[in-house]
Amino acid sequence: MTLKKFAVTFALGSIALLTAGARVSTAQSHVNSPDPLLGTPSVATETSQVNGLTGHAEEGKHQYRRFCIGCHGPDGNGQGMNAQWIDPQPRDFTEATFKCRSTPTGTLPTDEDLFNAITRGFVTTNMPSWRPLNPQQRADLVAFIKTWSPRWAKEKPGAVLNIPPETAVTIESILHGRELFQKLECWKCHGPEGHADGPSASTLTDSKGNPIKPFNFSTGERFMCGDSNRDLYRIFMTGLDGSPMPSFADVIQPNDAWDLVHFLRTLQVALPNNQELTLWQSYKAAHGKDLKPIGPDSAGGAQ
Amino acid sequence: MSTKFREGANPMNTKWSRWKTIWTCAFLLIAIVLCDARAASALPTGKVMALPMFARKYGLPCSACHTAWPELNNFGQVFRDNGYQLMNDRDSPIWQNPSYFPISFRITPSWHRESTTNQAFDSVPGNGDGLGVGTLTQAGFDLSGMDLWSGGTLYKNISFILLPSSDPTAVWHFESAFIRFDNLWHSPWLNVKFGRFELDNLISEKRFLFLSANGGLYQIYHFNVPGSINNFGYGDNQIGVELAGHSANSYTRYSVSMLSSNEGGVNFTTDVVPGGSPSNRTYDVNLAFSQAFNAPGPPGESGFGLERVGAFAYIGQRPTNFETELGTQLVGINNKPFYRIGFAGDLSYKNLELMPLFMYGHDNPYLGQFGVPAGSTLPAGAQAPTFYGGFLEAHYYFNPQNVALARFEQINVGQQAISPSVSGVSGSNGNITAVSFGYRWYPIMFSRAGVALDGEFSRVRTIGQEPESGNGSGFIGNPTAAVWSNSIYFGIDFDF
Ligand code: HEC
Ligand code: HEC
Repeated sequence: MTLKKFAVTFALGSIALLTAGARVSTAQSHVNSPDPLLGTPSVATETSQVNGLTGHAEEGKHQYRRFCIGCHGPDGNGQGMNAQWIDPQPRDFTEATFKCRSTPTGTLPTDEDLFNAITRGFVTTNMPSWRPLNPQQRADLVAFIKTWSPRWAKEKPGAVLNIPPETAVTIESILHGRELFQKLECWKCHGPEGHADGPSASTLTDSKGNPIKPFNFSTGERFMCGDSNRDLYRIFMTGLDGSPMPSFADVIQPNDAWDLVHFLRTLQVALPNNQELTLWQSYKAAHGKDLKPIGPDSAGGAQ
Repeated sequence: MSTKFREGANPMNTKWSRWKTIWTCAFLLIAIVLCDARAASALPTGKVMALPMFARKYGLPCSACHTAWPELNNFGQVFRDNGYQLMNDRDSPIWQNPSYFPISFRITPSWHRESTTNQAFDSVPGNGDGLGVGTLTQAGFDLSGMDLWSGGTLYKNISFILLPSSDPTAVWHFESAFIRFDNLWHSPWLNVKFGRFELDNLISEKRFLFLSANGGLYQIYHFNVPGSINNFGYGDNQIGVELAGHSANSYTRYSVSMLSSNEGGVNFTTDVVPGGSPSNRTYDVNLAFSQAFNAPGPPGESGFGLERVGAFAYIGQRPTNFETELGTQLVGINNKPFYRIGFAGDLSYKNLELMPLFMYGHDNPYLGQFGVPAGSTLPAGAQAPTFYGGFLEAHYYFNPQNVALARFEQINVGQQAISPSVSGVSGSNGNITAVSFGYRWYPIMFSRAGVALDGEFSRVRTIGQEPESGNGSGFIGNPTAAVWSNSIYFGIDFDF
């Protein structure tokens, strides 16, 4: 064959391939069609503002298709093709209910909250950390996620929780935190030692009716919503919407909240370089016998 | 979801502690022996690779880790750099449903046509004179070799890859086989890989998108100056140990590897299948570094994407003679050095990806002379064989399921093994020019399997050397004239 024939064969072959391609793709389910997100609401105008970056929903849509669609689904309702294998289930963006917020329970999160959640991932679940995507891509994704629910057009994100400077880590602070843990009945779900084995633990379901486990402090080094003391503060002061984990903003005073933070750290026995735990262990070695155990028995005593 | 699945996936169930004990004991031992006691304290963590077994494990689509599989994007790169872990609590095998089996198969049935000019023939078929010169053409349906991947985490921060690979006739070898220990001292900057693996190439030839005989390799990753006895190929898997590190998002990456000077051979030979000549006793070193950054776009737009640039250097040695017994070669000796240095990039401009690579190669003069052991007198005109060149590859992603490919390659010999003024051979003897075009369409891209249709055309011009594809009769008709080798290829690449 001459080179000319080569070229003709190649050209014809490519055309055949492309036509076949076009035909098969129209026959595919919409997840695999050239644009599985054709049905999304108008996305062109939604934007996000994160750390000086402006995210664009139109760009985010491409990223979503590449990275997120398998779990969160072509309709944004968390029913991607892999959802059936995943526990807990991927977030349904059409409800606009989010766990990791700096805003009061029931309100929308800030763009930065969503950005941080995407960056961090949900360490105890299948939701990966998307830190390898560049910040612009993540900002674009935030903008796109906001196109799934009309709430974003009607409501503003709630007011950001004000977190006062952290108080000193002292035995008094830890002991006071321990009282709060008893009094506010954290133990009912999380268990007296934080082992996720409280009396209510086995009965909990999330807002979709799926069984859900409380956080196990003894094995978990990181929380879904962050790993610093400030993150921990924010978690129980705003709650994890959509899960049974409530917001305690109405019942805990700002500085008392730091005491609870310091006590919760003592439950994290697997966490390296845990100063609260070290302090607590030396205290317990001397005074352990005087401590009332946490749980229903001492419920009265702790009042 | 069935309760059964929940139990299998739940590390808090009672069976976990037994498994935990078994795994912990086994891997503490290995970790202590191979790394040090600190690695063991880092035990429960994780990493991931972009193969269906990983996609299945994490429920991710192929496109999460691949620009277009098998090429990695930065998410896939970070997963790989973390030792095939996403670094969440789902990395450790204790999280897997017990029926999860980390195996992937890849093979490509194809039709292709190969045609190579300037090949030696018998002037009359069967007469055995080898005096004819002509074009050798072959066409028909065919199979690629097969990859049988397995890989995963053995424990948090301990992972493995095992890749038995066959040629189309099912002759098997171990293409990759290594174990990794990651995040030593809790640092992403310290990870160790031990076994047989691809060099830490910024532009990987093992995860690239071309499949045809001429286009399915980077010429410069396998090039040696005509007459050189050096068998080194930068694209070939080597055997040894690699220390590597990366920033959290893998924007900064480095690696240092120490490898046997035997081109990845096993059994103290220079090949992975029986029959290779014996290896020597020395070691080579490979160094790689790269840095990525985000290119901002015009104001109000979302930027161009991630740009990565890097440099590499391979310093090695090869024997010029062997210890023998009754003429049989036993061990390579009288080693002489060579090196390859270069730089590469992986640049994006929105949906367009550009990958340039430049390499300079330099061999000791003795490596250019067959049968002249180091120390003896070199023939007149002998000089250090050198070459330089590289390629520019472009990908255009219409979307995650459609990508168009093009590549231009050029290699020039800088210095022939024997000076042209003495040998009379042209200074351009060995030069290569190649162009390749392709299109890949991924009609199926689920977490459980992938299928890609691949069409390619590739054309290579060589002088005085057989094309690297190995197409042709094996002998050049006229050594001073160019050899043109063309591939036309249609394949269905599937990966389960
Ligand atoms: C492998 C499955 C998977 C993929 C892929 C995935 N997610 Fe998720 N995602 C989840 C799961 C599961 C949750 C819910 C975790 C939970 O409720 O504890 C979640 C939750 C979220 C949330 C909720 C945050 C909050 O505070 O409630 C956001 C936002 C999110 N994902 C964004 C993304 C984006 C953006 C992508 C793509 C870049 C993505 N996800 C890809 C599984 C996935
Ligand atoms: C009604 C049961 C219940 C009570 C009471 C409760 N929690 Fe929780 N908590 C949960 C559940 C369930 C989760 C896990 C939510 C999830 O996985 O989405 C959780 C999660 C958490 C987390 C981890 C969040 C993360 O980001 O990973 C913290 C910290 C926490 N709870 C602290 C507390 C504290 C402090 C109290 C008491 C002041 C408390 N919880 C009371 C049910 C409860």
